[in-house]
Amino acid sequence: MPVLETNQLTKAFGDFNALNGVNIEVNQGEVFGFIGPNGAGKSTTIRILLGLMKASSGSASIFGRDTWKDAVEIHKRLAYVPGDVNLWPNLTGGEVIDLFGKLRGGIARERRDELIERFKLDPAKKCRTYSKGNRQKVALVAAFAADADLYILDEPTSGLDPLMERIFQECVMEARSEGKSVLLSSHILSEVERLCDRVGIIREGAIIESGTLADLRHLTRTQFVIETKQPIEGLPSLPGVHDVVEKDRSYTFQVDSEHVEKVMPHISKYGVVKLESAPPTLEDLFMRHYEGESVEAGGES
Amino acid sequence: MAQQRFHQTGILTRFIIKRDRLRLPIWLIALLITSLATAWSFTDLYQNEQERQSIAQTMINPATTAMIGPGHGLDNYTFGAMMAHQMLGMTALVVGIMSILLVVRHTRAQEEDGRLELVHSLPTGSLANLSATLIVVVGLNILLALATGFGLASLSIESMDLEGSLMYGAGLGAVGIFFAALTTCLAQLTESSRGAIGLAIAMLIGAYLIRAIGDVSNETLSMFSPFGWIQATEVYVNDIWWPLLLPLVAAFIFTALAFQLNVKRDVEAGLLPTRAGRSRASFLLQSVPGLVFRLQRTSLIFWGIGMLILGATYGSVLGETEVFIEDVEMMQEFISAEAGLSLTEQFLAMLMSVIAIASTIPALISILRLKGEEKRNRLEQLLAHPVSQPKLYGTYVLMALLTGTIMLTLATLGLGGTAVATIDNEIEFFTFMEAGLVYLPAMWVMVGVTALLLGFMPKAASVIWFYLLYSFVVVYMGGMFQFPEWMEFVSPFGNIPELPIDEFNVWSVALLSGLALLLVIVGGMAYRRRDIEG
Repeated sequence: MPVLETNQLTKAFGDFNALNGVNIEVNQGEVFGFIGPNGAGKSTTIRILLGLMKASSGSASIFGRDTWKDAVEIHKRLAYVPGDVNLWPNLTGGEVIDLFGKLRGGIARERRDELIERFKLDPAKKCRTYSKGNRQKVALVAAFAADADLYILDEPTSGLDPLMERIFQECVMEARSEGKSVLLSSHILSEVERLCDRVGIIREGAIIESGTLADLRHLTRTQFVIETKQPIEGLPSLPGVHDVVEKDRSYTFQVDSEHVEKVMPHISKYGVVKLESAPPTLEDLFMRHYEGESVEAGGES
Repeated sequence: MAQQRFHQTGILTRFIIKRDRLRLPIWLIALLITSLATAWSFTDLYQNEQERQSIAQTMINPATTAMIGPGHGLDNYTFGAMMAHQMLGMTALVVGIMSILLVVRHTRAQEEDGRLELVHSLPTGSLANLSATLIVVVGLNILLALATGFGLASLSIESMDLEGSLMYGAGLGAVGIFFAALTTCLAQLTESSRGAIGLAIAMLIGAYLIRAIGDVSNETLSMFSPFGWIQATEVYVNDIWWPLLLPLVAAFIFTALAFQLNVKRDVEAGLLPTRAGRSRASFLLQSVPGLVFRLQRTSLIFWGIGMLILGATYGSVLGETEVFIEDVEMMQEFISAEAGLSLTEQFLAMLMSVIAIASTIPALISILRLKGEEKRNRLEQLLAHPVSQPKLYGTYVLMALLTGTIMLTLATLGLGGTAVATIDNEIEFFTFMEAGLVYLPAMWVMVGVTALLLGFMPKAASVIWFYLLYSFVVVYMGGMFQFPEWMEFVSPFGNIPELPIDEFNVWSVALLSGLALLLVIVGGMAYRRRDIEG
């Protein structure tokens, strides 16, 4: 049974459908990357998972319990880090960490102090004086000091420097090695590539792709730059070919990964003088899905 | 070298004026209107010498002296004497606050936000910003002094001549300049603008307290406070100019000191060490109720002191009620004569409704914080812990009920305590407590209505303030305007038996308490059902 599961989750705000049937599944010991452009519905999904919002239809469950009805029970085993950490200006970071720990039923002092040390946080400063990154550290220390079974992390590193980002990644990997599950929403590609076992891409309130990173690579395109002796005929009309730019018999274009084997023989007939190809990157994958139109409109973008 | 430090002061001065092109006139006009309108209203309120003289009688008691000053010319209480006595100190207090806020805004706050760093990176002198700030704030105070002076004189009220009016204005301006200069010093000490404001306001209150204590017990002590100095001018009565030199000399010394301190320190550093906070939570901060209490602690203390003083102030004048009401015609309309009861008792009943409404303000502020926390998106993290929505809601509601109850109790204690001490055993202490605490159910209903709004339409929760204002108008001025009865019925405060005039009515008190409970429960159910926004 998955640790976290949503089934045809929808949420409507008046006439606007923020979510149109979101299905995600996070299994035990897995880091699930939850990615998508701003406004796609990531935060709404997370708010439903946290029991802060009630779904309009569909179901969301964590540890096999309903996220709305059994929020308190679920939260005993869950830790959450928001992207924009808002803290009480007149409390210190240390006080907030202790309070959060206590609310969850107690905090291991050594683990807390060790994390404060690792993240290089000054716990004696008032939250009003913390930068965005330091506020995030407070939330991260509180979350990882908790002995939770599921971590929900919503763009947790957007204010951290690369050094702290690495510490964060270590913490996530440690959690996974202890059999814990993580839902990580992130825009940082290297982070997702490094940490996530599976990813789900959400756009306009629906999951449009999900699977392991290897599964998803077939959705990417390979970039080609070639020069031929004779002009290539009908290149733009070949299936899977996009963004053709022609200049003195030098062609720059992209090919959907699954069409490469059909395109190559066609090109070779015109006497290839030079061929460069760039491998499909995750970035292309993201960009394709983030830039909405390019998926449907193909070569025109 | 010396000149270089002030390089570009002129441009920065203009820049500050431009940034505050709205803020500066608003302060100036608001203060000016307050002075002029009050002076004007005196002529309306007190028709003849007898009325003025009888009000002077009610002013001669330690509580009033501590609050507004000793008063000069009480034996011939002209409009001028009245203005100097009742308004000068209080207005000067506000002028002091104005100077403090403006100076910190353009010095330490500027520095804290990192903007001063930018200014300093340009070819400007190191003291240019500080001097420009002083020029603007001192200039504003001079303008205020002149405007108030000529403005008051232009009203041509008997006994308020040009010299006195100019001196009155100069008194306000002198206090403003004093605190502007003092604040430039204090702004060198702390690293945060909040710290600087806190320190300066503490000095301001301290100065006012020194004067208050001095005026009541030892007049020499008052001469250690700028507020004492301006009252020593005996403006409109004897017009003594020399005490006004004292704040100006002091301001000069503070300015010189501020320049010295400013040159010595680094940009963005403070001379006082910043105090580190706790790195671990105390035993109090271990739960949701602990957090809610901690967040409201400071405001609870300040409101508590305020309510106690409010009660004590009313209590100290209650003894003069008979004289006051008999002599001032307008007051008689507020209170309808009842057979068999003294005017004091009737006045007490009315006072209690006002005090109860005033005590409701901190209670409503307290519960509305639940909405504030939601708006600032701080509930999200709290609720991601094993904390249920009903628990959070319940904690805030309970805190608000408790706050209101404590505030009303404190105000009633203050009133009853001072009244029993100053009136000759006419009314028992218990009667005061009864008359005050009987309003608790009405206050609970107000909290309940707010709770209901937080459950159903949190965005509209602030309309509760209009409901409270409505209650105030209907209950307080009902006697004067002769509103129809249903209008009082619509406010919970209108349904409370007015002790000691009315009989104690168990039913209305019990019904209101029940209604409050019902509102809280229904609000809680709605709160559980709705989405938490952020």
